[in-house]
Amino acid sequence: MVQIFRPGADTIARIVLFAIPTVPVLAVGFAYSLWHSPYATAQDVTREQPVPFSHEHHVGGLGIDCRYCHTSVEKAAFAGLPPTQTCMSCHSQIWTNAPMLAPVRASLAEDRPIEWQRVHNLPGYVYFNHSVHVAKGVGCTTCHGPVQTMKLIRQAAPLTMGWCLDCHRNPAPSLRPHEAVFDVDWQPPENQAEVGARLAKERHIASPQRLSECSICHR
Amino acid sequence: MMRLVAIPLLLSLGACDDPSMHRQNRYETYGKARLFPDDAEARTPPAGTVSQSALARETALADPPPVDAALLERGRQRYEAICTPCHGYTGHGDGMIVQRGFPPPPSFHEDRLRAAPATYFVDVITKGYGVMYAYAARVEPRDRWAIAAYIRALQLSQGAHVADVPGLAEKLP
Ligand code: HEC
Ligand code: HEC
Ligand code: HEC
Ligand code: HEC
Ligand code: HEC
Ligand code: HEC
Repeated sequence: MVQIFRPGADTIARIVLFAIPTVPVLAVGFAYSLWHSPYATAQDVTREQPVPFSHEHHVGGLGIDCRYCHTSVEKAAFAGLPPTQTCMSCHSQIWTNAPMLAPVRASLAEDRPIEWQRVHNLPGYVYFNHSVHVAKGVGCTTCHGPVQTMKLIRQAAPLTMGWCLDCHRNPAPSLRPHEAVFDVDWQPPENQAEVGARLAKERHIASPQRLSECSICHR
Repeated sequence: MMRLVAIPLLLSLGACDDPSMHRQNRYETYGKARLFPDDAEARTPPAGTVSQSALARETALADPPPVDAALLERGRQRYEAICTPCHGYTGHGDGMIVQRGFPPPPSFHEDRLRAAPATYFVDVITKGYGVMYAYAARVEPRDRWAIAAYIRALQLSQGAHVADVPGLAEKLP
């Protein structure tokens, strides 16, 4: 009888048999990890800005408070980006001839806002509000990472729905005393579990069920 | 056979990302807006516009709130966020920005400023003074009073005598 299968055929058959159940699983896994990868969520990407404004310099080095520039963060959904006037309240006197700051001076002279490129940008169907998070004691660095070390700001968190929900289901570990919300060096104390639970109770944080209702973020 | 092809095709539609939901047809806060000649979503009110809250703000600016612990605490927060870069935590005019070359402001503890009424500090915040810009856009009227009260507290703290605090002399080594 003529041989139809060559000696290697057995191996190929085994590989095929093995692949039939595994490849779809791997493919789904791969697609899922790609979907949540920094590549897809724009995590850690920096953007070219009209002026290379450095949080490392202004926040880390000079210790300026977030609210000096992001004035509406306690009152509104939008944190607020500083108008040219805010930069000029210092740069009218220091570094007045720095070429790096030429766009700021031009903006003041021509009364035309500086066009900052957005780094964080949630999809249009998601509702986010800074004021509630600040009022309930979630600190800036919990969501934005160590901005005091960033030469150019980057998105430290994935900003996926899963990320929001991870905290909404259990916010206690991230709750700080009010005076520490803007503190970039805050570290949770050793008894954060107790403190967080107490703060959550004092501040009447809603239940995990309530905070993961779709209409909280999709309204 | 048709169904065998159609069903997976339909299912695969679910994977499509519809950009019209992601970037909806509305302007984002401070975003670009092609509708307007200056390309900006944030509109400048026409000259002469009086805002609805103008009266409330004027009133808040005209009569000082009662000074209590809450107001002082509010004042401390605002002072430390907005004024410390230049005036320093204790008001000696030695903040971080001054150390980097900003013209030094006067100390709040000199006699002239100790004698100045609270309204003077509120006025300086509202209108600015010399090379110091106005902070009216960043500090609400009530907060200006709170800061003025806190500056008063700073002035007291820097000019205090041991004898002013009962029992302190005994505790000091
Ligand atoms: C001296 C002014 C100044 C201070 C102080 C400051 N920022 Fe900013 N911030 C800016 C400017 C200007 C931008 C826009 C340019 C950019 O994205 O780098 C910005 C952008 C950001 C962004 C990104 C916004 C986007 O496009 O998505 C975040 C997040 C941020 N700041 C957080 C903070 C936090 C947290 C603090 C306090 C620890 C802080 N900033 C203090 C001026 C400031
Ligand atoms: C509270 C004062 C203050 C404000 C407000 C401020 N700056 Fe500065 N900035 C400084 C000081 C001081 C330096 C010099 C840093 C040093 O000497 O280490 C500086 C340096 C810079 C530099 C050059 C050095 C570097 O690499 O960072 C740039 C660019 C700059 N600032 C941009 C801005 C812009 C844009 C704004 C407005 C969003 C702004 N600054 C607001 C105080 C300020
Ligand atoms: C619970 C997480 C969270 C906290 C806490 C938080 N942010 Fe944000 N921040 C975000 C998200 C999400 C966005 C993107 C919002 C969007 O695209 O609509 C954002 C955007 C920003 C922006 C860009 C302007 C805007 O509002 O879209 C700035 C500036 C900013 N944050 C500063 C701050 C500062 C300063 C603090 C601390 C007081 C802070 N954030 C606290 C999550 C947070
Ligand atoms: C680190 C924790 C944390 C993260 C991350 C977080 N949140 Fe929250 N969020 C909270 C807390 C705490 C509250 C206050 C809940 C309360 O007062 O009951 C809150 C409240 C809210 C509210 C108001 C709820 C209401 O009662 O109306 C909205 C909207 C919201 N979050 C949206 C988001 C979105 C969207 C994201 C993701 C981009 C997000 N949050 C990420 C902690 C977080
Ligand atoms: C805490 C806030 C929050 C809650 C609660 C929430 N979502 Fe979301 N959702 C988000 C965010 C943020 C995104 C955007 C994720 C991204 O861009 O990757 C999102 C995206 C989505 C998307 C689009 C996914 C995609 O990849 O296109 C759907 C569908 C969705 N949510 C459905 C729901 C449903 C159903 C519920 C209730 C069970 C819910 N969400 C509750 C924050 C939330
Ligand atoms: C960017 C630096 C800077 C910041 C921030 C700043 N100041 Fe000043 N301030 C100055 C300088 C410089 C002077 C002196 C101006 C002059 O003599 O030309 C001054 C002067 C003053 C004076 C004294 C006026 C006089 O009669 O001599 C008062 C009062 C004052 N500032 C209050 C404040 C308060 C309150 C804040 C916070 C809301 C504040 N300043 C924030 C730089 C600053």
